[in-house]
Amino acid sequence: MQQFFSMLFLIGLLFLLSILTGLLPFATPPMLIGQAIQQQAVDATGAANLVTSVVLGYRGIDTLGELSILFAASAAGGLVLGKTVRAKKAASENTGFILQAGTDLLFPLLLVAGLYIVLHGHLTPGGGFQGGVLLATAFFLPVLVRPGTSVSHKLLIVIEGLAGASFIAIGLLALYQGGEFLQPFLDKGLTGQLLSAGTLPLLYLAVGLKVGAELAGLLANLSTEQDGENDHVA
Amino acid sequence: MEQFFVFLLVIMMLLGGLAAMLLKDLLAATAATSVVSLSLTAIFVLMRAPDVAMTEAVVGAGLSALILALGLRRLGIWQLDMPVKSRQKKAGDQ
Amino acid sequence: MLPEVPAMLLAGAVGLVVIGLGGLVLSRNLYRLLLALAIAEAGANLLLILAGFDSYAVAPIVTDFSTSALPAMVDPVPQAMVLTAIVIGVGVQALALAMIIRIKQAYGTLDMAELKSKMEADLDKSLVMPGAALIKAERESDNG
Repeated sequence: MQQFFSMLFLIGLLFLLSILTGLLPFATPPMLIGQAIQQQAVDATGAANLVTSVVLGYRGIDTLGELSILFAASAAGGLVLGKTVRAKKAASENTGFILQAGTDLLFPLLLVAGLYIVLHGHLTPGGGFQGGVLLATAFFLPVLVRPGTSVSHKLLIVIEGLAGASFIAIGLLALYQGGEFLQPFLDKGLTGQLLSAGTLPLLYLAVGLKVGAELAGLLANLSTEQDGENDHVA
Repeated sequence: MEQFFVFLLVIMMLLGGLAAMLLKDLLAATAATSVVSLSLTAIFVLMRAPDVAMTEAVVGAGLSALILALGLRRLGIWQLDMPVKSRQKKAGDQ
Repeated sequence: MLPEVPAMLLAGAVGLVVIGLGGLVLSRNLYRLLLALAIAEAGANLLLILAGFDSYAVAPIVTDFSTSALPAMVDPVPQAMVLTAIVIGVGVQALALAMIIRIKQAYGTLDMAELKSKMEADLDKSLVMPGAALIKAERESDNG
């Protein structure tokens, strides 16, 4: 009986959402802010990627909020999971030669790809978050492939703290120079070059390092099993 | 031509979503969620949003699936070297 | 013969949101709740990107620096918002997974009905005044 009423609720929700969103103008949207940003962004910030100029230039505070949400989620996840009293010794998990050799070969490639995507965020699609997740994967794969090795959480915490602090420090420097908080202020340079768009590549570098260190720590927390956990399985 | 691709991708996305809700094996349901992220990435590329497509590819199909699979291992529902018979007996909840 | 691209994408996005919400309401396993949350978030992000979509426009990246007249581009503001939303979504999923692991460690099961009865028993044991279950049990033992 409850299933029948739940199905009825779902059909009603489908109907409601279709009517509400079907009336919105989709193929020709009224872009009020978007058109103004498209005309002014390249001259105002110097970045060729307009989404980067919106994320870091026009809506920089939202990126700061996103960084703090990620920090809160990762810290709360570590708090909820508790301190690893004694990590379980993986007695029988030998992942084999192919996985280990492949991971050793992939590690420098992932590092290069991640740093490339982070540093070219203002020229091509990419940026701090995408490259940061690639960096986190690069540092987490050796832990996954060789069970028993652990990441050094102290180093990750230091990197994450310094990167986050430098993001805020660049914003405060902009305030000191007479602009607003997080306003891009260095020399804009020639649009399309790597060293252009002022402080935008520096901000994305800080974001990339922070996200990478944070997610590597979170993944390492999630993957270490406590001693005595899941002993009843198989 | 673009209509045909978008149609295929939308069908793949909806079927992946249904499979994630209806499959009994939890590992298969996680893989179906990853299929939803994959088709969403391709749809984002076709909708002229390459930044969002790259983010969805890295985060949705990579990081989110990795986190969910690690959680499955820690919950005891899936082990690396479980023999096949006990794996079929174990992953039975819905 | 096939419908228009915006109509198909709208149907896909609304369908994903409804599938995700249906999974949230109807699922009995706690882990499946997390998967349903992930699917609903994916549908909502697709709906946001659809708000700035134009068939005749290009991606919002400037490739030709010689001219100053830009081609017609898609709205970049919803794309920036969806970038943030995707990353926040994965943060929420990681925290929810940490909580599910702790629940499994504390109660030993992931079935919602069993969890509800175990949690109510825990609450009743820890209250100073007798809770609803204890009062009902006392009344039944008085009657019978």
